[in-house]
Amino acid sequence: MTSSPIVALDGVQKRYGAFVALHETDLAIAEGEFVTLLGPSGCGKTTTLRLVGGFEQASAGRIAIAGEDVTERPPYRRPVNTVFQDYALFPHMSVAENIGYGLTVRSGRIGRAERDRRVADALSMVGLDGMAERRPGALSGGQRQRVAMARAIVRRPRVLLLDEPLSALDVKLREGMQVELKRLHRELGITFLMVTHDQTEALALSDRIVVMNQGRIAQIGSPTDLYDRPASPYVADFIGAANLLEAQALGGGAFRLAGGQTMVSRRADAAAGRKVSLGVRPERLLATAAAGENTLACTVTERLFHGDRLRLELTLDGAAQPLFAEMARTAAVESFAPGSRVTIQVDPADVMVFETGDGR
Amino acid sequence: MTLTRRTFPGFAALFSLPLAWVLLLMVVPYAIMISVGFWTRQFPLFYPDFQFGNYAQILADPQYTTVILRTLKIAACVTVCALLLGYPLAYFLVFTVRSQKLRNLLYMSVIVPLWVSYLLRAYTWKIILGTDGALNSLLVSTGIVSAPLDIFLYNQTAMVVTLVYIFVPFMVMPLFTVLDNIPRRLIEASEDLGVGPFMTFWKVIFPLSLGGVVAGATMTFCLSFGDFVAPVLVGGPDGIMVANLLQTQFGAALNWPLGSALATLVLALVLILLQLSSRLDRAGRVDLA
Repeated sequence: MTSSPIVALDGVQKRYGAFVALHETDLAIAEGEFVTLLGPSGCGKTTTLRLVGGFEQASAGRIAIAGEDVTERPPYRRPVNTVFQDYALFPHMSVAENIGYGLTVRSGRIGRAERDRRVADALSMVGLDGMAERRPGALSGGQRQRVAMARAIVRRPRVLLLDEPLSALDVKLREGMQVELKRLHRELGITFLMVTHDQTEALALSDRIVVMNQGRIAQIGSPTDLYDRPASPYVADFIGAANLLEAQALGGGAFRLAGGQTMVSRRADAAAGRKVSLGVRPERLLATAAAGENTLACTVTERLFHGDRLRLELTLDGAAQPLFAEMARTAAVESFAPGSRVTIQVDPADVMVFETGDGR
Repeated sequence: MTLTRRTFPGFAALFSLPLAWVLLLMVVPYAIMISVGFWTRQFPLFYPDFQFGNYAQILADPQYTTVILRTLKIAACVTVCALLLGYPLAYFLVFTVRSQKLRNLLYMSVIVPLWVSYLLRAYTWKIILGTDGALNSLLVSTGIVSAPLDIFLYNQTAMVVTLVYIFVPFMVMPLFTVLDNIPRRLIEASEDLGVGPFMTFWKVIFPLSLGGVVAGATMTFCLSFGDFVAPVLVGGPDGIMVANLLQTQFGAALNWPLGSALATLVLALVLILLQLSSRLDRAGRVDLA
């Protein structure tokens, strides 16, 4: 990062009585970035967003936006706007009144003509021309979502906060809105800070993802970073999916799995005798006919049809833990049925190694 | 839902009681009241008739119109005062009191007086405002006045004070409900858009609470409009209200036809008011979802 960050959290903490919603956290977001806070419910991602928006007061630490300390400032004195999860549109105002609302008050007052022009611009930017006089109650979920977006961008905030913006939409609509969000981000050129629990959404949209767990940041990185080089079993399993296998290091990059079979990793090693978790993504498991490097003998226990792929539940010989594999529909794979004996192979470059006690 | 023959006996059994109740205790009495309003009186008896003499008498005699206008004025004053007191109270309960427990406790303390006899609560103000009452004792003991004053009791101000005290819970209850139902997200959204707390109140909270204002005002107005105890206890000679007049017609004056006509008129006034308020309420109703 060359310039100073647009949003900077410095040792920020949030407690509710004895409960710590957010442990001491540092985070810097660069101007123009699309950053996503990702994690399961209760991980502290929404708390972080609300702290930036000013809806919660930090228990400790400082928050700066655009170089100014805003820790003590109320929401209406911060250069940010929010797209709320349930949109929070004013039901007693028309679409145009909702969007123009933030331009009528002192902090954002501009001439009437200028206001009308900006409302119209915002409306067409989100593709809602002609809807200006409707009431929010007469709009569909997707349209409300667009109004909420237009209302938040019309004041030209330095940072746009998005609180699970797509979670209330159905799947088809959500995918369309993802493209819209990406386009808006590019056209507006402002910083987006989004909260989501949907890893697909985070991977598709973000420049950087902040994975959170139990009130702490688990890992920050680009989508490819997180997917290819997760720092902990938690991240490996949350971003994409991962089979996590308990194993013991033998040295030289080899590991003995429960049940006695061995697996080799070219990614990392651990001192002989150490207990580790090996992470393998389901789509990296291949069915093979020949015995060779990194082949494992197992039995198919379940077969699920996923359209273009098959999802197999496997049991390693001698081990109780199930293993999931996702394979393309070849004739060989199609012939597998529960009870079939299968040999699977993993590229040693695809075996992730986590020292146990790490992250979880 | 269609009524099948199989469920009809059950249906009839379920609804016959409330239906009979409404018919016997509401429809029939109203019908009697309205028809008696057209009868003639030849003291001391009443004869069935159909003539508008009773209505003509009410509208011609300034005694009646004065009392009706006064009743409207007092009820309006009570409504405005109750709103001015009740709104801040409901707002405080909903938005300022953070602890749910304390909020419920305070809300209950607004409602609990309703458990005490209405008569008793009205009588309390006779004791407070009277010549040797609590207010005078306070003023005398603090030296603000040298002798007890008799200006507090037996006037219209005393009636307004008493009626406001008695009916303020009916204002607070609907206001509390509508304010409590306003999603906090809307207030956050307003502040997020750069609008401070004061303008957020006028542009978001108040417009969304209008339904409660209309409901509370309607109840308070109708209840004080029909009150007859406060005038007797604290009203004095020029505190007579419509309900007292009615009482007299059916009692001392023994003129049921005139009383019925007056009651029909009052009923019509209240119905017009309810109609107005439901129009207002519908106009201000919004979908909070």
